[in-house]
Amino acid sequence: MRSDIRKDFPILKRRIEGKQLVYLDNAATTQKPIAVIDAMANFYKCSNANVHRGIHTLSEEATTAYETARNKVAKLINAPNPDHIIFTRNATEAINLVSQSWGKTFIGKGDVILLTRMEHHANLIPWQQLAKAQGARIAFIDLDKQGRLQLNQIKKLLQEPVKIVSLTHVSNVLGTINPVAEITSQAHEAGAVVMLDGAQAVPHMPVNVFDLDCDFMAFSGHKMLGPTGIGILYGKRKLLNAMPPFMTGGEMIEDVTWENATWSELPWKFEAGTPCIAQAVGLAAAVEYLQDIGLDVIREHEYDIVNYAFEQLKKIENLTLYGPGPDERSGVISFNLAEMHPHDLASLLDEQGVAIRAGHHCAQPLVESLGVTGTARASFYFYNTRSDVDALVDAIQNARKIFGL
Amino acid sequence: MTDSKSYNALMLDHYRHPRNFGNLERPDIAHEESNTMCGDRIRIEASISQGMLTDVRFKGRGCAISIAAASMLTEMLKGRSIMDLKDLTDDDMLKALGIPVKRTRLNCALLGLKVFRKAAFGSHAEDDLMK
Repeated sequence: MRSDIRKDFPILKRRIEGKQLVYLDNAATTQKPIAVIDAMANFYKCSNANVHRGIHTLSEEATTAYETARNKVAKLINAPNPDHIIFTRNATEAINLVSQSWGKTFIGKGDVILLTRMEHHANLIPWQQLAKAQGARIAFIDLDKQGRLQLNQIKKLLQEPVKIVSLTHVSNVLGTINPVAEITSQAHEAGAVVMLDGAQAVPHMPVNVFDLDCDFMAFSGHKMLGPTGIGILYGKRKLLNAMPPFMTGGEMIEDVTWENATWSELPWKFEAGTPCIAQAVGLAAAVEYLQDIGLDVIREHEYDIVNYAFEQLKKIENLTLYGPGPDERSGVISFNLAEMHPHDLASLLDEQGVAIRAGHHCAQPLVESLGVTGTARASFYFYNTRSDVDALVDAIQNARKIFGL
Repeated sequence: MTDSKSYNALMLDHYRHPRNFGNLERPDIAHEESNTMCGDRIRIEASISQGMLTDVRFKGRGCAISIAAASMLTEMLKGRSIMDLKDLTDDDMLKALGIPVKRTRLNCALLGLKVFRKAAFGSHAEDDLMK
């Protein structure tokens, strides 16, 4: 990886309370390279128009930019065709699209929705709501003490009438990377559909939906250098075609009378209203940027940082680390310092310029199952360095002193 | 002790050695509430005699800011007339805490006061006082 990569990110020069910013909250959102910021600014300066319906030059350019973004995203995850890619507002909306549209059509009374005990609220609550509406039941794959899925439970769980298995590829709390290809193949054998929450995976490692063979995957633009306001749903064409629209209105129709309407083809059937055009332009620049570096290179770099962080954090007295060892996890590390509330730790780290997340990370049941109300969480990206880890460790030691631990 | 902008010695002392911590045998008023965002939980109990708060206790778990603020609050409440305490403002609480509280931590700093208001003035107290 280029050694001057941090220069591409203007915000990394910022100082917080007089200290150099050390940004370790990448699981929440990533910072944006100048290429993404410029792409969006240039779109608004030069090509801004609504898409698909206009005849004029600007609309033509905007449509091309928007559809090019879809193409780039499809290639990034090796989707067979861009019409498998639906742009949503965020990953949460992508999951809701599936739970509402596919779920309300294909899940009935007595059916089982199989989730895991490490899901983000985004991949839990939409299914809770669906189960309540349809009279279905939710079952969970449990975790072992290291925060890994208990794979030996799956076979038995799949003997139930499981219609869909929806799970996260990478845990946003524990960092665990789940063996999703293996789970998908087991689920398919049992006749279930598989949805992956890829929000913490796609930005950080090569993800190939063709190889994984998942039926749906949701992920989000802003966690992979792109802007907020754009999420992505990948779906297999056969399934998407069998699903009714999620929202209705402009853009998603083919023919309309006072009484009735017919729907556009994929992917537009699922994109009602003016879509996130500038966001798609920004996302396209982000995808290009990531592919320039290489997702395999990014994964390798994060692996090195996490290994180093593990070594250093383990040396801190009374620090509890959650989740599996560095070989089975991504760049997310949750921890607690003695009895200190993670919000106090996060405030003290912020005084040293170190930005981390603290709380239940939108995974309240999971965090409570760890026996705590919250954790501190450092999450890395490719622009983080070993010296960022050192700054984190120094700031934790400083917090210990202030609290007299 | 190393210096910190957000945590001073007095409030850290209240955090480590909370004052008036525990329960009353027969409280006249009591309320308990948690801040689901961070899992902080505070209970406040008080004895009232002729309109005066004769004794106050709190119990809870949470971050240093919420515990220290609740501890300081009990000291501010004791011996005061309940009617006077209607005028106790968020700013009074923050001033007592003596540290700059960022917007993201305001709920922690004010949890104890919110619980007391509900204990003393009913569950709509917060809404009424916000008017």
